[in-house]
Amino acid sequence: MVDALDELEAQSIFILREAVNRLQPLAMLWSIGKDSNTLLWLARKAFFGRVPFPVILLDTGNEFPEVYEFRDRIIREWELIYIDAPCPGAEETDPSLPPKARAAARKTLGLKRIIGERGLKGVILGIRRDEQAIRGKERIFSPRDTTGAWNFRHQPPEFWDCFNAEPPPGGHVRVHPLLAWTEIDVWRYIDRERIPVVPLYFARDGKRFRSLGEKDITSSVTSSATTIPQIIQELETSREPERAGRAMDHESEDAFERLRTQGYM
Amino acid sequence: MTAEPLQLAVVGHVDHGKSTLIGRLLHELSLLPRGKADELRAVSERRGVAIEWSFALDAFQAERDQAVTIDTTRVWLRLPQCNIAVIDVPGHREFLANMVSGAADAEAALLVVDANEGMQEQTRRHTYLLRLLGLEQIAVVVNKLDLVEFSEARFRELEAAVRHFLAELGLTPRLVLPISARHGDNLTAPSANLLWYRGPTLIEALQTLEARPSRQAQALRLPIQDVYRQDDKRILVGRIESGRLAVGDTLLFSPSNKLARIKSLEAWNARQSAHALAGQSVGITLDRPLFVERGEIASHQQDAPHLTNVLHATLFWLGVTPLTAGQQLRLEVATAEAPVTVEAVERVIDTDTLAPEPTEIVRRDQVAEVVLRSRALLALDEHTSLPRTGRFVLRANGETVAGGLASLRGHPNQRRVVGLKPENLTPVDHKVTRTSRAERFGHRGGILWFTGLSGAGKSTLAMAVEQHLFRKGYSVYVLDGDNVRSGLNANLGFSPEDRVENIRRVGEVAALFADAGVLCITAFISPYRADRARARQAGGEAFHEIYIRADLKTCERRDPKGLYRRARAGEITEFTGVSAPYEAPESAELVVDTANESIDACVDQILRYVAISFAISSRA
Repeated sequence: MVDALDELEAQSIFILREAVNRLQPLAMLWSIGKDSNTLLWLARKAFFGRVPFPVILLDTGNEFPEVYEFRDRIIREWELIYIDAPCPGAEETDPSLPPKARAAARKTLGLKRIIGERGLKGVILGIRRDEQAIRGKERIFSPRDTTGAWNFRHQPPEFWDCFNAEPPPGGHVRVHPLLAWTEIDVWRYIDRERIPVVPLYFARDGKRFRSLGEKDITSSVTSSATTIPQIIQELETSREPERAGRAMDHESEDAFERLRTQGYM
Repeated sequence: MTAEPLQLAVVGHVDHGKSTLIGRLLHELSLLPRGKADELRAVSERRGVAIEWSFALDAFQAERDQAVTIDTTRVWLRLPQCNIAVIDVPGHREFLANMVSGAADAEAALLVVDANEGMQEQTRRHTYLLRLLGLEQIAVVVNKLDLVEFSEARFRELEAAVRHFLAELGLTPRLVLPISARHGDNLTAPSANLLWYRGPTLIEALQTLEARPSRQAQALRLPIQDVYRQDDKRILVGRIESGRLAVGDTLLFSPSNKLARIKSLEAWNARQSAHALAGQSVGITLDRPLFVERGEIASHQQDAPHLTNVLHATLFWLGVTPLTAGQQLRLEVATAEAPVTVEAVERVIDTDTLAPEPTEIVRRDQVAEVVLRSRALLALDEHTSLPRTGRFVLRANGETVAGGLASLRGHPNQRRVVGLKPENLTPVDHKVTRTSRAERFGHRGGILWFTGLSGAGKSTLAMAVEQHLFRKGYSVYVLDGDNVRSGLNANLGFSPEDRVENIRRVGEVAALFADAGVLCITAFISPYRADRARARQAGGEAFHEIYIRADLKTCERRDPKGLYRRARAGEITEFTGVSAPYEAPESAELVVDTANESIDACVDQILRYVAISFAISSRA
């Protein structure tokens, strides 16, 4: 029997295999969060245990310490090719953005830099449509030009699983294998496959992180969920949006859109 | 909830209220995230408008400013009885390409028509496109009844018009409902303003929509995506688009027409299984070392895909540059891609009037029926029966310019022409074996397939090698254009399919020579990998590809028959190297560099290769 999770898994594996076949050099952005860890797990499935491309952390130095510890453990256990990509300081970002968004924009610059350094033609990311209204508009294979900018007004048509795997000259293609997954889907899959995740997702002293950003710009939510089934149950009844604790989304109406247009994840 | 969501596309003319409908529905079903309703109130106030439910979806700044949806968005409606993924699609004309991207996944459609304005251009165009995409399930809502004072007469008038229009397309709507999206009439509860209406509410209507029938019961189609080498295993990977397979099944690969059995189903961190179903991404290994590439489709021998060089297709043209006959494009179907030529534009249809246009130029947003021809054989299905291998896209300069639906009527399945190769490659029932022939002649039979540009030196080398080998006592014979074109292939011209046939025949004849114990040398440009691969398959183990390599400049300089001069002058069309491609071998058994080596050195190189490869004791 093939259920909904199986179909999502099969589709993501299909997308990852397409990316590896058609876009080289290729790398995956690994934020160590639940989504990108799920993505990494799917890559292990797609390629029978061996992830054939490097994983990159856009490192601002501001992640929670638990995140860095978790990262080191996983690199060892899963035998990953790991690249640490340090991000430039906030002073180098667009000054017209509100302050928390500027902190996030450091990653955009870090990404641009590492793409240039490695001549990457493809970058795999774990974003989902339901996370954030603007991400809802994305394509699975999304070409970007040299500036990494997202031209949302003129996105190429994408249908019938025929993907635009040709980067524009000097540009790259972003690959989003998790677009069709919802937050609950991800947790159900983590539960089914026993995928390890950073302990911060589980409640401690009545609080847990539902969405994991950097430590200065993420706030926790009230919760008593200490196991994955409890998290799933909480999500099934909640009406809080997932990114409620992410400061960069709420500073101004168009802050997130502007971040994305400039090349954010 | 593990039931897969039903994909519902919401379509209709710009400003007829699609986005408002979805936003309002989310609100009434309590599916908007907490705070969103307040946010919408605040944002709408800031803009000086009454609550704009469409803002829930129109997340883009630009969209909010113009209240126009630019791109497609998906939202999930989780209802007690079912689970629907709503695809909101842009209605504005310029965003047609985005519309197709969104609606292409849909299993059902909700058509929104403004009660005040009635059916407009996009209403017709979207419906026609949905029909083309194979959608048959349509429900219709007549919106903004509040603007016509909830008039029953007006509703009935529009209902009749819509039903009539849909009937012309061969469609019957499941339901036609009156609503007001902005004020919430008849969305989730019956409305006091619509007492004359006795039908279901929109929510009730949506729950009657059916998901697509299971693909597992259809013929097996596994398009090969890639081949991975791991621990001495060759794992073919791909997603099963329809049907089911099991370890031990005999698979037929198209278009190469090879057979092999599934030896194993590879999996990581999953229960080992002997079966796999439509929807699963799999990895398989075969019981024999077959050379199978990305682009091939695996199926069972029964209900295999159609093989053809030429097909009729219905295209919807999305490109900025208009399409005319003669243009060359790239066709992508499943994991295969091939260059194709538009041989003819048979009909162009205006999607507003649905009437044919007296023109052979296809402009953006028009639909056309065309004939496409490809050099390589394509494996395809009728789009109505197996959509995943019957629908394709066309690309030009890296951009998607059209979506196409294949129709195979009128063109013979070429699988019979190519023939089915038995699993056992050695000939049956010959009492004289290859080994006895080899002993008689003192060498093994085989094929030296020379390939290279005109003027590279194929014929010169072939003749010289033949002479040397003959003197040494070999049974050897050269096949080239001169002794083949005027006899065996006298009934062939220079059209693409004739050229394919020309090489196919040479490959088969060479295979017969090899079987007879003779060393057969062929000297044809044979520019296409697909053709050479077929010849290799015919020749089996005894086939050796010899790349006679010289760059185009050198060949043109030599121009022994004056053909390059004439080709450059335009007197000869489709001349390899000038106006037609040459696909160099990727892994030829031998490469002979005539640009930098003397004729004698090249001949020596080939003779040494023959001595090693065709000696009685050697393996091919």
